[in-house]
Amino acid sequence: MKAAARLEEKIAKLLLWLFAICTLLVLFSIIAHILINGISRLSWDFITQEPKRMGKEGGIFSIIIGTIYLTVAGIVLATPIGVGAAIYLTEYVKKGRLVQIIRFATEALAAVPSIIFGLFGFVLFVITLKMGWSILSGALTLAFMVLPTIIRAAEEGIKTVPDSYREGSLALGATKWYTIRKVVLPSALPGIATGVILGIGRAIGETAAVILTAGSSLGLPTSILEPTRTLSVHLYILASEGISTKNAYASATVLIIVIIIINFLANSLMGKLAGRTNQSH
Amino acid sequence: MQKSIHLKKSEIIVEKILLLSAVAAIFIIALIAVFVIISGWPVLQKTGFFNFVFGTTWDPTHGIYGILPMVVGSILVTLGALVLGIPFGVAGAIFMAEIAPPKAAKLIRPAIELLAGIPSVVYGFYGLAVIVPLIRNHFGGTGFSILAGSLILAIMILPTILNLSETALRAVPSEYKDGSYALGANYWQTIKWISLPVARSGIITGVVLGMSRAIGETMAVIMVTGNVTRIPGTLFDPIRTLTGNIVMEMGYASGEHQQALFATGIILFIFIMILNLIVQFGAKGRWQK
Repeated sequence: MKAAARLEEKIAKLLLWLFAICTLLVLFSIIAHILINGISRLSWDFITQEPKRMGKEGGIFSIIIGTIYLTVAGIVLATPIGVGAAIYLTEYVKKGRLVQIIRFATEALAAVPSIIFGLFGFVLFVITLKMGWSILSGALTLAFMVLPTIIRAAEEGIKTVPDSYREGSLALGATKWYTIRKVVLPSALPGIATGVILGIGRAIGETAAVILTAGSSLGLPTSILEPTRTLSVHLYILASEGISTKNAYASATVLIIVIIIINFLANSLMGKLAGRTNQSH
Repeated sequence: MQKSIHLKKSEIIVEKILLLSAVAAIFIIALIAVFVIISGWPVLQKTGFFNFVFGTTWDPTHGIYGILPMVVGSILVTLGALVLGIPFGVAGAIFMAEIAPPKAAKLIRPAIELLAGIPSVVYGFYGLAVIVPLIRNHFGGTGFSILAGSLILAIMILPTILNLSETALRAVPSEYKDGSYALGANYWQTIKWISLPVARSGIITGVVLGMSRAIGETMAVIMVTGNVTRIPGTLFDPIRTLTGNIVMEMGYASGEHQQALFATGIILFIFIMILNLIVQFGAKGRWQK
């Protein structure tokens, strides 16, 4: 009986190790496959040259610029609202019916598939508000998409600020808003920055919503009312239309490198935050 | 005196602005629901909800809109993804929460985060370049199939299932486990009879969220499933999902056809909101009797 139990435990542990190793192998094989096939094509020219023949030749310069425009615009629109919401939910009203509804809506928003955001952005911004396929339409849609990410991370950041900071400031006669602005927000900055960085990651990787709102046309955009093509959209078109496997690998490599950098930044910021929480206890 | 009144006023204005930011999420989700429903409603009304969802023919050029093949397609790839993703996700969670040496955990955690951060189009590209040819060479057919879609989705939803299950397992009070050890149970018996049942609600939440992500996933799926609007016979047949239907045809659709794509979006939205309701109410502990 006991021997059987011990044998079962051994087998279970072995299986758990196997599952964990398999998971790691899958991840590494995906990343390795793309980097190995993409890195040789990657060069300074690929980054700085314009795409030629629909992306079959040349580089991805205007695509990088378009991706940056769209992402920055989306994040700039979403951050103030997201941080404002987080402040309200942590510093002003923590309980009650309204907060429950806000939390429910935030969770629901996080669950909405990107293609639905795309449909919505298309009918509201592109058609109804006559913005057309443009960086502005895309950025507004992305802003809505990344809002829950920013709210959550900013809330986590604000929650780690010890109450003693607030009490000290209030005791010195500072008003609530002054305290939030000068004491709480600066201390919560790593959390807020993490949210912004994760939002950037999500925006860069987004494809379905962007295709329907910002379009997919090549060429350097000169204003926010012009359409553009982001790197994710470019990869989709290169791969699914069979335009150039080589350039698809190179574009995927750029995407993966950017995501690795973003994850690294978010992790080191979270580490800072965790470090401070430990100190304050 | 004058100054403090002025300050109070600005404090109130600030609070109102913050309140506005906080209710933005409610406003946006309502806006999304309203716009998508209004845009798809005419076709739903003309075809009839039942005929739209259970109609087996999708023929926009003749004005016939039945999305059953896509509903079946979405459900099948999602189930496939769960069958593959749940064992790995839950096993990974037990591993991370209970038996991983710190060094292994340090290696795996960032790996899981990276897995969650990789854009879906990159997964789709990997599927197109590696998994589809693999299936084609081993099982015949084109390789664009339910199986390819399920494999890619399983990888994509793994972090969701793993993270939520791990959090739930870590939240199991150590007194429970200590009690189990004190009764002579070994490590695995304790996991099996104490930790897993106690963490059940969190694990189910993770699975439902993973399901929701799989049904809503678009780019990765359209790149590997072939997008044929036919009800499949085997795992190796191509299918089209609800999300795929929208992306494939949105580029050129107009008029009633475009409304039918929005109506497809309504059905997808309903699926997601049902799952979301399950998660939000389930998370409050209603899974535990």
